[in-house]
Amino acid sequence: MHEYSIVQSLVDSVAAAVGSREASVHEVHVAIGEMSGVDCGLLTTAYDVFRAGTLCEHASLTIERIPARWHCPRCDATIARGAFLRCIECNEPAQLASGDEIVLQRIELEVA
Amino acid sequence: MCTDCGCGDVNLVPLELQTRILAHNDGTAAHNRAHFRERGIFTVNLMGSPGSGKTAVLEATARAFDGGAKLAAIAGDLATENDAMRLVRAGIRSRAIKTGQACHLDAEMVHHELHLLDLKGVEYLFIENVGNLVCPAVYDLGQDVNVVALSVTEGEDKPLKYPTMFAKADVVLLTKTDLLPHLNVDVQIIYHALARVMPNPVVIPLAARQPGGVDGWIAWLTQRRSAPEQLAS
Repeated sequence: MHEYSIVQSLVDSVAAAVGSREASVHEVHVAIGEMSGVDCGLLTTAYDVFRAGTLCEHASLTIERIPARWHCPRCDATIARGAFLRCIECNEPAQLASGDEIVLQRIELEVA
Repeated sequence: MCTDCGCGDVNLVPLELQTRILAHNDGTAAHNRAHFRERGIFTVNLMGSPGSGKTAVLEATARAFDGGAKLAAIAGDLATENDAMRLVRAGIRSRAIKTGQACHLDAEMVHHELHLLDLKGVEYLFIENVGNLVCPAVYDLGQDVNVVALSVTEGEDKPLKYPTMFAKADVVLLTKTDLLPHLNVDVQIIYHALARVMPNPVVIPLAARQPGGVDGWIAWLTQRRSAPEQLAS
């Protein structure tokens, strides 16, 4: 379960973003793509376990799940879910337009 | 705290970031990749289920090259150095990474091993990832290509069950095809499943224990190393 490693990297990323600011982290927003290989449920569990003792200890985690969208790089037609990953019009191999995100979108800081 | 009216509310300040959570790993992977390019080493991230035949493919690769190319390997497993020892016996300069409980290799682990592995003159470096069809797909190691070993004994719908792994594969090695006469497996179903998760599926059937059983793989590998642009297009 690599979600623990992801949380470690997430906490490190949050720490780098907070830097030397005198603030505590209130909320963490992430985007996780359907094709990213990260399971949102496991990420939530890993976060709840791993945030103890870190600067995210009192910060809630909000996950935006990004569905996979494959499209034709030539005509931008969306490839139907479950279909062969090739454009039926252009015969081009499909490209993943979105859905591989493992992104820290923003944090909310509590400032005095 | 709010200092305007004394209500006790905290002041919340949003900080827009939009940063990749694995940026640190990606940075180390880029460093590894630059190191490989500088030395002319073609690097393969070999992934697949436990028992899919990854180590056997590498042993057969060494036999097929028959000393004609210098090979090195880094073999990742939760425990034991068995795979690395098998590869050493096959004539591949190898080191083991024992990951403990970690289900995948990351760029930092590979980087650490690069300092301990003699890469002088090496043309191909194989990173045999931890046997797992989920986690290794997430981590860039600095490889030139992702290769997934899928054995015919694993089930025809494996690609549909683990789409992320196969979507990231440059080539799928369909291993243990010499067992097909003994199995109730329709290879066409596997090919159709791969076409639903890979935009440009390249599948090479292998039989690592048979003479000439990895010839297609060796041809792909050598071509890809010498002319990556043409084959990538």
